[in-house]
Amino acid sequence: MSQTMTIARHGLPRRGGTAWADGALAGLSDALRAEWTKLRTLPGTGWILAAICVLTVSVGAATEAATRCGAGTRCAIDPTKVSLTGIQPGQAVVAVMAVLVISGEYSTGMIRTTFTAMPRRWMVLAAKATVLTGLVLPAAVVAVAGSLAAGRLILSGNGITAAHSFAVVSLAYGPTVRAATGSVLYLALVGLLSLGIATIVRDSAAATGAVLGMLYVPPVIALFLGTERTWQHWVERYAPTNAGMAILTTTGVHKLIISPWAGLGVLAAWAAAALLVAGALLRLRDA
Amino acid sequence: MTATITPYRPTQQAGRDGFTQLLHAEWTKFRTLRGWVIAVLIAALLIDVVGLLVPRGDQHCGTACLSGVPTGPGGEAVNDTYYLAAQPLAGDGSITVRVTSLTGVTDHTGGFISPASGPQNPVRRGLVPWAKAGIIITGSTRPGSAYAAMMVTGSHGVRMQYDYTGDIAGLPGSVSAASPRWLRLTRSGDVITGYDSADGTHWTEVGTARLAGLTGTVRAGMFATSPLNFVPNLPSYAESGGGLNASGATGTFDHVDLRGGAPGGRWAGQQVGSVNGPQPPPGIGFRQAGGRFTVTGSGDIGPVIAAGVNSSYVTGTFADHLLGVFIGMLIMIVIAAMFITVEYRRGLIATTLAASPRRGRLLAAKAVVIGLLTFLLGTAAVALAAIVGSRISRDSGTYVLPVGWLTEARVILGTGAMLAVASVLALSIGTALRRSVAAVAAVIVAIVLPYILGVSGVLPASASEWILRVTPAAGFAIEQSVPQYQQVVGHYAPPDYFPLAPWSGFAVLCAYAALALGLAAYLLRRRDAGGAA
Repeated sequence: MSQTMTIARHGLPRRGGTAWADGALAGLSDALRAEWTKLRTLPGTGWILAAICVLTVSVGAATEAATRCGAGTRCAIDPTKVSLTGIQPGQAVVAVMAVLVISGEYSTGMIRTTFTAMPRRWMVLAAKATVLTGLVLPAAVVAVAGSLAAGRLILSGNGITAAHSFAVVSLAYGPTVRAATGSVLYLALVGLLSLGIATIVRDSAAATGAVLGMLYVPPVIALFLGTERTWQHWVERYAPTNAGMAILTTTGVHKLIISPWAGLGVLAAWAAAALLVAGALLRLRDA
Repeated sequence: MTATITPYRPTQQAGRDGFTQLLHAEWTKFRTLRGWVIAVLIAALLIDVVGLLVPRGDQHCGTACLSGVPTGPGGEAVNDTYYLAAQPLAGDGSITVRVTSLTGVTDHTGGFISPASGPQNPVRRGLVPWAKAGIIITGSTRPGSAYAAMMVTGSHGVRMQYDYTGDIAGLPGSVSAASPRWLRLTRSGDVITGYDSADGTHWTEVGTARLAGLTGTVRAGMFATSPLNFVPNLPSYAESGGGLNASGATGTFDHVDLRGGAPGGRWAGQQVGSVNGPQPPPGIGFRQAGGRFTVTGSGDIGPVIAAGVNSSYVTGTFADHLLGVFIGMLIMIVIAAMFITVEYRRGLIATTLAASPRRGRLLAAKAVVIGLLTFLLGTAAVALAAIVGSRISRDSGTYVLPVGWLTEARVILGTGAMLAVASVLALSIGTALRRSVAAVAAVIVAIVLPYILGVSGVLPASASEWILRVTPAAGFAIEQSVPQYQQVVGHYAPPDYFPLAPWSGFAVLCAYAALALGLAAYLLRRRDAGGAA
């Protein structure tokens, strides 16, 4: 209920009181304001953003602490990728946040109020996507920066250093910078893809299961396919997380089945497709 | 106004303790939600469909490869290839030798299984860790016979090994002319006792083995063998986990003393088992010069392990086709968490608790319903995937390592039980969190994600091992069908091998479930029924 009140206070009077053109741009601006207010005033939002950072950095740090390479043995360790292991659980929190942004409204019936106030439903979706991205991006920046800083500290303590010819985590190292920016974008894209799927599925629990299944199942399928090249390459190239995760790699990039940026492109294509289908379904379906 | 009104009391509630009715009520709640019933059935179906249809990436060589894999006295597949210089031993007796050196070659030129790394690698002098030379008493020279042996090894000191899986440590340190090793085996009926000594006068008993079926005339003598050299994590083997080269070992013996043999018996050399795979190095055989013997061999006497690391056969395991289990689990635990969170969302929990005010029993009833359901469905699905999957593997030329029916039953029932315990854990997390989205996300991140991180190889081996020890995903260890042998070097990694023993891993999952269930019961009693929906 408090959400409805907030919109009434912030959204509507302003619209009546000023000489806003009644165009699409103004509509989008109002939609953005409304969605921002909704998300901002939910008690869980701050916690979720904190969880993205804490989970990503702490799982990364734990993995780094467990990463060792015995003297005299050759280890295929990619320090930047190890540092960013926390992205794996972190993306689940991003996905959950995206699900909550839309499914929360469906489960409380709030969605009807929203659509009454904003009859252009695609605009609601666009606004939700923008606000979600606006919140995920800074959280991802903090999470990724924290993970890399922890990686630099802990891994060098474990002897994973340049002296032992490892490609250490460093902003002077091009691939690390690529992995860092790429993983921030990766998290944002996972959010958008999840938002699209959640809009399609609507029920919150089912959407959470669907989104997380999509994130985590294909990597294991690819593993079990082993040397069955055609199938494995297909999964590695076209599954959203498999392809998207290519961006984390900084050593042996030539051995990847899909190049880092192309992989992120595949994930972006998935996100765009999910949002398009979601937008179309919003128009077609009953609220 | 004198008439008394008897309030309506449902006669059913006069039952014994009402738990049966509670179970019935919870089962009805589950059964009548069509989406849930369909979802758990799909979960069971996916266990089979994914398990059976997704091909394991093994190269298949047809059933011709499968002929002649020997099995040991315990029924396990074994390697039994070595060079033997022996005499018959009709009754009780003993054999004693002094070993003065153990030398060998690793990475034999012709020994590459994969043509990718090329034949240019030179022979290197050295010993693989489990190169072996010593004395042996064996029932026959047919591969897979019962035996007991005392041996010096490349880097594990003196060992007594018997019947392929038995392994007892003796004197540590490596052998040389300056510090020789004395070895002795005595036979008394079917009991063989092994002794070692550093000086030939002070003897220590290393171990005793009772070899079933060791009757009549056996063979006693000197042997040498050296297993395939497993080179883990060569860059070109990044996917297969390592490379395999042939190796060889030569043992030098003197002070050979056989008691109980035929008078004037002669030592006869014989290759036991056929070298199947990488070409062994040259020089295999035995030479006698006065009282001095040298025996050179290549191969191994020991169990075959999974993933084709120590044999030339394409091996698989009974659990190869259980890939679908984690997908089935993902759906089952989502349903299990929703089994309670949906009541909070709809406010039904208030009604449920009014009808059954003893909240702990309500949770128990839900746990029994969801646990039993996932156990039965999961067990049936896993049985089908494992049994049909093994047949598919065999038909396509993979040698499925034989395990006893007890192990097969443990894998099937244990995996079903793991699905049930994971569901109870999810139900408890759902009770504690009360909100569907949070609960579903929490159970997936806590149970399925660690498994994925642990087995998918995205993490360094040390990190994934740690994950599969301490998280609820440790429970997946129950799927491991073949044991890990410390006397065989190999790529012991998931999904064939888990860092914890099957029941220990299962116990870790049970501990998490018990803790969560306790916490959930406590919170359910303490909190208001309203919920956080």
